[in-house]
Amino acid sequence: MELRANDVIVWMNKTNERIQKNKDYLTTLDQAIGDGDHGINMARGFKEVVSKLEGSEYSTSAETLKDTAMTLMSKVGGAAGPLYGTAFLKLSTSLKEKDPVDQTSFKNGLEEALEGLKQRGKADVGEKTLIDVWSAVIEVFTDNYSPENLAETAERAMNQTKGIKATKGRASYLGERSVGHVDPGSVSSYFLFVALAETLKGGD
Amino acid sequence: MKKIVNDPEAVVQDMLDGLISAHPDSLKQLPGSTAIVKKDAPVTNKVGLVSGGGSGHEPAHAGYIGEGMLDAAVCGEMFTSPTPDQVFEAIKAVDGGTGVFLVIKNYTGDVMNFDMAAELAEAEDIEVEKVVVNDDVAVEDSSFTTGRRGIAGTIFVHKLAGAKASAGGSLQEVKRIAERAASNIRSMGMALTPCTVPAAGKPSFTLDEDEMEIGTGIHGEPGIERKSVVSADEIAEELTGKILDDMSLNRGDEVAVMINGMGATPEMELYILNKKVNQLLTEQEITIHRTFVGNYMTSLEMAGCSVTLLKLDEELKSLLAADSGAPAFRV
Repeated sequence: MELRANDVIVWMNKTNERIQKNKDYLTTLDQAIGDGDHGINMARGFKEVVSKLEGSEYSTSAETLKDTAMTLMSKVGGAAGPLYGTAFLKLSTSLKEKDPVDQTSFKNGLEEALEGLKQRGKADVGEKTLIDVWSAVIEVFTDNYSPENLAETAERAMNQTKGIKATKGRASYLGERSVGHVDPGSVSSYFLFVALAETLKGGD
Repeated sequence: MKKIVNDPEAVVQDMLDGLISAHPDSLKQLPGSTAIVKKDAPVTNKVGLVSGGGSGHEPAHAGYIGEGMLDAAVCGEMFTSPTPDQVFEAIKAVDGGTGVFLVIKNYTGDVMNFDMAAELAEAEDIEVEKVVVNDDVAVEDSSFTTGRRGIAGTIFVHKLAGAKASAGGSLQEVKRIAERAASNIRSMGMALTPCTVPAAGKPSFTLDEDEMEIGTGIHGEPGIERKSVVSADEIAEELTGKILDDMSLNRGDEVAVMINGMGATPEMELYILNKKVNQLLTEQEITIHRTFVGNYMTSLEMAGCSVTLLKLDEELKSLLAADSGAPAFRV
């Protein structure tokens, strides 16, 4: 795989399309086990990301990802803003002077992002959060990389959050009642990685 | 919904404009942000004090900006944490060269956003320390929080840490006071009616005409029990009892008391409550050093109250007595 500034822009555009299309779905999921603002917040944030990226010139993936991070951090709000902001900021920092980004560098960047998410959210793998999806996806870039495998792995990890009892985030106060609901943050992260898979596959 | 608003989506900005108009000599709004800052900030060599959180808790937190209390308050959207970039702007604006101290209420979003702002500040060589206030004894882990929630007791932290900073305390000294204050504060609230976020247009929960809820959070998060409304004395007993169960207070200990209204409760009722709280503490031979009665940390137009006890020592007493220039907190 190879990632350049323009690929990041395509990636964010595709993510935005999915988030906008599924805004109400995300909100419904969040109303079940959170405070119901995930769809609205993510839709507002990614719309801003797309317009920020469209209006600027970028020569590297790192710069593009940094603006993505800063925009998400300042426009999403709630807990998702700092979480996604942190993830993209760590990814961006790790990819500095690595353009075009190869598979190993990208994997290392995702690992940094995952560490950032764990620290920011004070959570770990298996706690019904978006961390489950990010952690699963890293394995894809370690071996056996293909866009198809990336999309499938992200989807599987997202669906697995359904069976977990929440212990972190706002869903945690529901305890056992959170079982059976897929985690909204995992769904938005799934959209992100499916969009990445489509971007890396090229075409359309 | 019946409210004095224009555009329900624009209530925070409209409020901030009105706030600045009311205090043109002491407050300013940082351009392009929702950070309200003391007009003479930064003060060279004074530790800057920043707090903030979602809006809807007025006078918290902008009402506590003034000499001897906060230097800045960052006002988020309704019941939503401000974003890191806004908190970062506030930190920069109040940094007098000796660091900035953050007072954060314990809500997941607030903690993450303020932490991230602290990291942004540290990357620009501004030293930042913080305290997370979790004074609400009602519930562990709620819809907005991991651990206990931060409520009205936060105002005491503003006062004590602010007094220490104004007295020339270093960042570490301010932190020490804030941590000691926070660990000696306990609160608990209750609600008679819910509140309505303007953009939502309807109440976030419902209570029957004759029903009340014990332990309700300041965003209407669920408390611990719903039951028929009881007398002021019984409410005082229940709230004070829960607080005392959680706090090691001995005969002869001194406390400051805060009887806080949630927004729609008349002061008359707060004083009626205070009568019993005072009596309960006196019976246990706990000395009441100071009492504060009023609307300090509200939840829009929710009817209800909270009781806060702050266990004092000599240093905390003198910091509590120090002058405050903040319009919403007078000593």
